[in-house]
Amino acid sequence: MTDLCSLLTCGPQEDHEWTMDDYATAAARWCPGCGDHAVLTAAHRLLETEQLAPERTVFVSGIGCSSRFPHYVKTYGFHGIHGRALPVALGVKLRRPDLDVFVVMGDGDCCSIGAAHWIHTIRYNPNLVVLLLDNGVYGLTKNQTSPTSPKGHPSNTQPRGAYLPPMNPLTVALGVTNASFVAQTGDWAPAHIFATLRAAYRHRGLSFVRVLQRCPQYTDELYTAAMRDPGIVELLVHDDGVTVPELDRLYKNQRRHDPSDLDGARRLAEADGKLRLGIFYRDETRPVYEDVRRVPSRTATEKLALMNAELDRYAV
Amino acid sequence: MATTVVPPTARATAPETRSDVRVHRVLEHTVEVVSDSGEGAQKCAQIFGRVSARMGNGVWTVEIIPAEIQPPPRTPTSASGNRVRIGSEPITNWGDHANLVVAFNEQVLLQRHRLNALAHDAVVFIESMWATHDDPDIQKAWSDAMVEMGGRGYRFVPVPIEEQTLTLTDSPRRGKNMFALGLLAWVYDRDLDKIREVIAHEFRKKAPKVYDLNVALLDLGYRWAAEHLDFRVEVPTRPSERPMVVMNGNQALAMGAIASGLELCSMYPITPATSVSHHLPEVFEKFGGIVHQAEDEIAAIGVAIGASFAGKVAFTVTSGPGLALKTEFIGLAVMTEVPLVLVDVQRGGPSTGLPTKVEQSDLLAAIFGQPGDAPHVVLAPATMEECFLSMITARRIAEAFRCVVMVLSDANLATGVQPFPRPELSETWLSGPPDQSPVPAGTRPYEWDAQRGISRRFIPGQPDGMHTATGLSHDESSRVGYTPDVHERGSVARARKIAVFQQTLKPPVVNGPEDGDLLVVGWGSTLGAVEEAVARARAEGLQVSSLHLRFLSPLEPGLKEIFRRFKKVITVEINYSDDPRAPYITDENRRRGQLSWLLRATTLVDVDCWTRVPGEPLRPADILDGIRDHLPGRASA
Repeated sequence: MTDLCSLLTCGPQEDHEWTMDDYATAAARWCPGCGDHAVLTAAHRLLETEQLAPERTVFVSGIGCSSRFPHYVKTYGFHGIHGRALPVALGVKLRRPDLDVFVVMGDGDCCSIGAAHWIHTIRYNPNLVVLLLDNGVYGLTKNQTSPTSPKGHPSNTQPRGAYLPPMNPLTVALGVTNASFVAQTGDWAPAHIFATLRAAYRHRGLSFVRVLQRCPQYTDELYTAAMRDPGIVELLVHDDGVTVPELDRLYKNQRRHDPSDLDGARRLAEADGKLRLGIFYRDETRPVYEDVRRVPSRTATEKLALMNAELDRYAV
Repeated sequence: MATTVVPPTARATAPETRSDVRVHRVLEHTVEVVSDSGEGAQKCAQIFGRVSARMGNGVWTVEIIPAEIQPPPRTPTSASGNRVRIGSEPITNWGDHANLVVAFNEQVLLQRHRLNALAHDAVVFIESMWATHDDPDIQKAWSDAMVEMGGRGYRFVPVPIEEQTLTLTDSPRRGKNMFALGLLAWVYDRDLDKIREVIAHEFRKKAPKVYDLNVALLDLGYRWAAEHLDFRVEVPTRPSERPMVVMNGNQALAMGAIASGLELCSMYPITPATSVSHHLPEVFEKFGGIVHQAEDEIAAIGVAIGASFAGKVAFTVTSGPGLALKTEFIGLAVMTEVPLVLVDVQRGGPSTGLPTKVEQSDLLAAIFGQPGDAPHVVLAPATMEECFLSMITARRIAEAFRCVVMVLSDANLATGVQPFPRPELSETWLSGPPDQSPVPAGTRPYEWDAQRGISRRFIPGQPDGMHTATGLSHDESSRVGYTPDVHERGSVARARKIAVFQQTLKPPVVNGPEDGDLLVVGWGSTLGAVEEAVARARAEGLQVSSLHLRFLSPLEPGLKEIFRRFKKVITVEINYSDDPRAPYITDENRRRGQLSWLLRATTLVDVDCWTRVPGEPLRPADILDGIRDHLPGRASA
């Protein structure tokens, strides 16, 4: 990445130290208690920790409560249309691999209307950090069932409770060929969110992070049990995974899981009553789309010569 | 059918010494080669057309395409091939009827007969094996077909295509087309060296023996014709003084995209647009460009928008159904003012419609198809050369005005081949690296000029330009704002800059006298056919002129002034309109040609229309009928 930066007219300001203030914008307008705040704080902390230049960072989102995210980070941002954040992010990364690109989606955005892009972009495996802020409900449009709503959860569209068991975004992501990073974290454990985001950022390839969240308006109880009883939560730990020492005292359930073990990851991702936080899978060797599609850069003179040679083929 | 056959006579004399060969000298001739799908008639005709262009003939080719990849053989729907119209002067359309046909069986010929594609006195080279085939069903099909075609004066020339081909290869399906090419090469006295060059290019990726076999078959067909035929056709060639290139419209769009400096083509496969991207993967990457085949039509435009937002203007290419799917993203590109070039190679619709066939029925959807007000530019090339140039124009407008530019081509331009002057490439067409200089303090990402609505684009990487582009209503700082004044200001700016662009256009030039009884207005691929029809009408003494529009939205200036000088104005288009004399149709409920609807709304002139949806290009003779019918004073449409 550094060699690309040096080619551009204006490289990163190496001598400048970025502080949290450099990334701050107006206060986020999410409801008090919304999980999005915790993710935003972790993201700000990540930007500062990794010293990411605001002008070389892009946050891309779709539509939904969580998709307001780019407005609350003082970097470049693209707040697009419902379900389509990933194609836009891929376009940015494909032609500008020198930029750091983050994608923020909600569960309706990613797992419902944008499901095709979700699956295929995991397969392309561009170097993106992809956050699924999953609160199990459509919040912005006021309480409709989402693909990840728990079975029986009442909403305005399914008032007698969701008819079907929820989709499991982890098993879906782990089932896609060329998936290279799948992790899960929870909005009630800010230190874990930060550690997971940092691991995601440092992974080269598409890092898919599902953040378990509650919506204070419509799914406030979603993780109450897990918050009250840490025994429900199981932390996946490994030297190659996420380790958060300050959580050790609270979460006694810890499982050593080697993130290179795909079969193990798929088993652990299955719903079995446990809420697992940590890195399920990581493989740095998977082909990255912008590497696979790397093309030579040509001067205008070279281009003209090549084009003329091409026109010769059609010459009368 | 015996009465219509000119029996071939076996001749021993060498062709050079024959004195009984009649040479018909004509200024133009139209040839069709038709076979079952997969027998290579298209390749035969394409090479014939390409070589004719190289020799200095005007050329226009049109593909005859079955809708299926492998339809049942020996059926009318299996007909696959090309029409090639060649002339001493430049040829601008596919003409009316074929003068000479090579048919690999009588069923595909029957299809062309039924479509009234053949001149009443057409010469028909027909594969002779079917007449005496062992299978009685085939024999019966043959004689039934001959009875059906018997009313015409076709001059049948039986040719043992397969029998001859089998002397050199045991797979005639892959060899008959080169024999047929040899036949045509003798009849039209084509330059065999040039043909061999083209064959060598076509088979450059195959083993040398493939080239050798094809050339041997070519020579065989040539010799057979020389020994058995007693006529040739001479269409005098007039080699151009300027260097020329010959390509189809999709190739021209692809080459134009490269020459314009576009660096990303993001697409999803759809007929008839896909072949634009067929030529690109091979060559585009050499120039630093990428063809991204997305997971669907929506993602294809999304990737293009993302790349463009990041400073690399991109294009996406699609056809009607894909245009429909891209609608929401088009609105987003308009709202965020991200430059974007979108090519729509139109086909017959609605829905899946006629995937391989021509129509011009996306015009209103292209202009008005986006919910919410989404001002953008729509232009339509009318020739292969304009396909090339339109991409350069489109990228420039898109960047200069931060807007969406749609390029409307169609299946006729996409697959038709026409020679045109070799473009002189310019470095100024190319795009430089994205601007990464710091943004001056205090400038905002949508600092709309109060008069012109134009603002400067900030590109990620530019220090101090950080902002979040959004599809929500936003102010000059890209802050979301729902207040009436914010939405009003943004709406004005997005519309105003398109008006400013329109002011840079020149009024279109009338073809023919600037006043008269009737003005025929067209757009897109119908240019050549319309102008040929108008020329014939004027030769008959009718006071008819024509006007061809390249910019459909915004429209070129001065139309009302031009219209005023004619007693009547009609559009000629390949889209549906009601016949005003049909039952239930009134002036109030009549569906009109899409351009005529647009022109009526814009100029308040009572613009009538003559439109057809045959799934094939319009014929000048049919347009001429339409012109006669619409002349003021006739009891008409």
